[in-house]
Amino acid sequence: MSAILIMIPVALFLAALGIAAFIIAAKKGQFDDLDTPALRAIFDDDETPPDSKKEKNITKEDDA
Amino acid sequence: MNPQQSEPTSCDHCGLPVPQGLLDPTAEHQFCCNGCQTVYTILHTAGLENYYTVRSAVDTKSQSATTTGNSYEELDDPIFTKTWLTTNDDDTVQIELLLEGMHCAACVWLIERLPRVAPGVIESRANIRRRTVTVRYRPDDIKLSKVAQSLDRLGYAAHPARGKKAHDIRIKEDRQFLIRVAVAGAMAGNIMLLAIALYGGAFSGISESWSTTFRWYSTVLGLLVLIWPGRVFFTGAIAALRTRTAHLDIPIALALLTAGFWGTLNTIRGVGEIYFDSIAVLVFLLLVGRWIQHRQQRAASDSVELMLTLTPSSATRINDDGSTKRVPIESVESGNSLLVAAGESFPADGTITDGTTTIDNALLTGESIPITATTGDQALAGATNLSSPITLRVQAVGEHTRIGRLMNLVAQASEHKAPVVRMADAIAGYFVIIVIILALGTFAIWTIIQGPATGIEHATALLIVTCPCALGLATPMAMSVALGRSARAGMLIKSAVVLEQLSKPGTMILDKTGTLTTGSTTVADTFGDQDLLEAAAAIEKSSNHPIARAIANHFTDLPTATDITQTTAQGITGTVHNQSILVGSVDFVLRSRNLELPPNLQPKVVRLLDRALTPILVHELPSNRLALIGVGDQLRQDAKESIKALQSRNWNLQICSGDHQRIVESIASQLHIQTHQGAVTPEAKAQHIQSFKDQITTNKHPVVMVGDGVNDAAALAKADVGIAVHGGAEASLQAADVYLVKPGVTPIVELLDLARSTITTIRFCMLFSLTYNIIVASLAMAGFINALIAAIVMPISSLTVVAICTRAGKNTKPSTSPQSLEPT
Repeated sequence: MSAILIMIPVALFLAALGIAAFIIAAKKGQFDDLDTPALRAIFDDDETPPDSKKEKNITKEDDA
Repeated sequence: MNPQQSEPTSCDHCGLPVPQGLLDPTAEHQFCCNGCQTVYTILHTAGLENYYTVRSAVDTKSQSATTTGNSYEELDDPIFTKTWLTTNDDDTVQIELLLEGMHCAACVWLIERLPRVAPGVIESRANIRRRTVTVRYRPDDIKLSKVAQSLDRLGYAAHPARGKKAHDIRIKEDRQFLIRVAVAGAMAGNIMLLAIALYGGAFSGISESWSTTFRWYSTVLGLLVLIWPGRVFFTGAIAALRTRTAHLDIPIALALLTAGFWGTLNTIRGVGEIYFDSIAVLVFLLLVGRWIQHRQQRAASDSVELMLTLTPSSATRINDDGSTKRVPIESVESGNSLLVAAGESFPADGTITDGTTTIDNALLTGESIPITATTGDQALAGATNLSSPITLRVQAVGEHTRIGRLMNLVAQASEHKAPVVRMADAIAGYFVIIVIILALGTFAIWTIIQGPATGIEHATALLIVTCPCALGLATPMAMSVALGRSARAGMLIKSAVVLEQLSKPGTMILDKTGTLTTGSTTVADTFGDQDLLEAAAAIEKSSNHPIARAIANHFTDLPTATDITQTTAQGITGTVHNQSILVGSVDFVLRSRNLELPPNLQPKVVRLLDRALTPILVHELPSNRLALIGVGDQLRQDAKESIKALQSRNWNLQICSGDHQRIVESIASQLHIQTHQGAVTPEAKAQHIQSFKDQITTNKHPVVMVGDGVNDAAALAKADVGIAVHGGAEASLQAADVYLVKPGVTPIVELLDLARSTITTIRFCMLFSLTYNIIVASLAMAGFINALIAAIVMPISSLTVVAICTRAGKNTKPSTSPQSLEPT
């Protein structure tokens, strides 16, 4: 049973990590727009650019 | 590459049929309009033909592209760029633009490939819900006007997103809200895991040390829930107490406080119930309910914001050297000379210094018939210049204009709007008092029977289990379901309180021009031979007068007219098929051709005048044929049925219009509305609403204003509920609580039905929730409630309420169409 003494704090620590990750994501604006990314994902790979200056624009989040 | 190429008559860009006149048999590609051709060319030069594949994959409704061809040079004005651009660390700048016409996944795809079309643009991110795009670009390589032009040439007219600061604050609020929901949810989950161990232990035995450990963990997590996400209920309750208003947060805070205090005490003592699992779940559920409603309301206000931005915000200034420049409205000053093109609205109040034109004041004053203005006459900001370009010397800009002063009235009225006591809050007031009395009673009785310790225990149990969580969920859930339904039905509701207010019949004051009528001059009726009418239209085509344009637009297949001479605002002559034709006002035509009005036409002229229409007579020589055309601002097609439906719902209807008394009278009699007033100034309209509100404060019937124009804005803000109809002015959008996206009056009937059905659902939920509370309160008073029963029963009642609420506003559809539209 003493395993629980270790496991409960570990579980709570993991939960805290999850919450922290969520807060960081929310503050960065990951949840501001829940509609467009779904549409964006459908077509991202279908692109066949005729020229070479293809840019991947998935790095920046809108938190201006 | 192009899927539509095999069909020669459909547009190569949008797939819609190409009009006969635009078919070019020699061309390789066919287009239905200039816009489509522009976009098609751009897409092919930039190698973005994939757009068509993407579009056919999403199976969206075809829309022909509308490119405005604007130069957008006003966006390069230093005053503008300083206000609206954000500079990043890497020498790039970014701006948010609102786009017209973005509606599907293919649009997102295309807009985000803007860097291909406009070199210098680094990145372009679309947001489909808000219809915005955030463009990041290098200002050294490309100007903002060029960015906007590129978007425009793709078929998405761009507008700077004003009110960005307010939006940033709102985004922060949204994020805080979401974080609270998530934290409460995560904590509630963990506390429940611990609670399972505790309940299991209570049934099958658990050692003292384990039980104490679990209780301490629960307490720490539970207190965290209370002081972090649960804090909103305490601040809400304190604010309500300070203003001495009843609010649902008060009983909730009371229960949370009792549970938190008692639970902690029991943990320290090592005996008694701790309740932390129940309150954590409760906080989570309540926050979820409020968050959903918040999101729903946000969506509505975002849509309204977009429409606000679509109004023009630039003017053409004439410099001293005679050159013209497009400048943002912020840099126009009193004394400047502006060029106002035909079809534009006046950006400022001023005097006309050059040119003669007709001005449409419909939005500003409610007058349905445009007036003629020439050098020396006044023009007001917000009115539309209809027929020819004029030069305007600016006398007042911004808030000093007539419309600006009106907007001040609007702001004042909105500020002084009395807060509405919502149903749930009104109940909460009594609820707190009853619960406290019951708790005191329970404490007293059990103290007598078994001593003060049992007394306190049962009284706290009562306070905790009667926490009105179901009551607190009922309103937000039902409202958000109803708001979502109404948005899909084309009604944007800015504040959910509106639904509560509209559930009871009251007084509805309707504007005429643009609300009950279409607000534009069109041909209502014609008498006479078709070829003669067409000939008249052909002659009218060369005039810019609004009535002439209405006639010219009404007919197709016009013959060629020659020798056209116009007598200002009276009549116009011309030759068609070797016949001399005169078109003009009845008196003018009769006088100039020396005629008597034939007996068969006399009653027709009278009938047209009765309908508040302007009769236009056509006379042909030498054949001596006559024709009659009735022109005017017509009733909307659905007006009669909708008014009847409203009256059958016991609403007291009135017309209050800025238009001439005679026209208002005629419209009122056609609609069978007894009370009507004409020639009312915008200020008087607001006064009128106020006097009505004063009259009927005793009973709780709402005063509703329905309008479209700037002249209605103050009244819309003053009324209990302001409804702006489709096509309304910016000012009325801002002032109103509800905006109807669909044209016509029928949506108002739908809105009332939706409100009534929503309130019925909410009442039912509240009844359920109160019944439940009575049961658990009696159990608690009898001493039967323990933490396990509370943990099981409390979420179940909340979930039941949520399930019932999904039905809010559902049975509106069948009740509107067949019942309301039939004559009663």
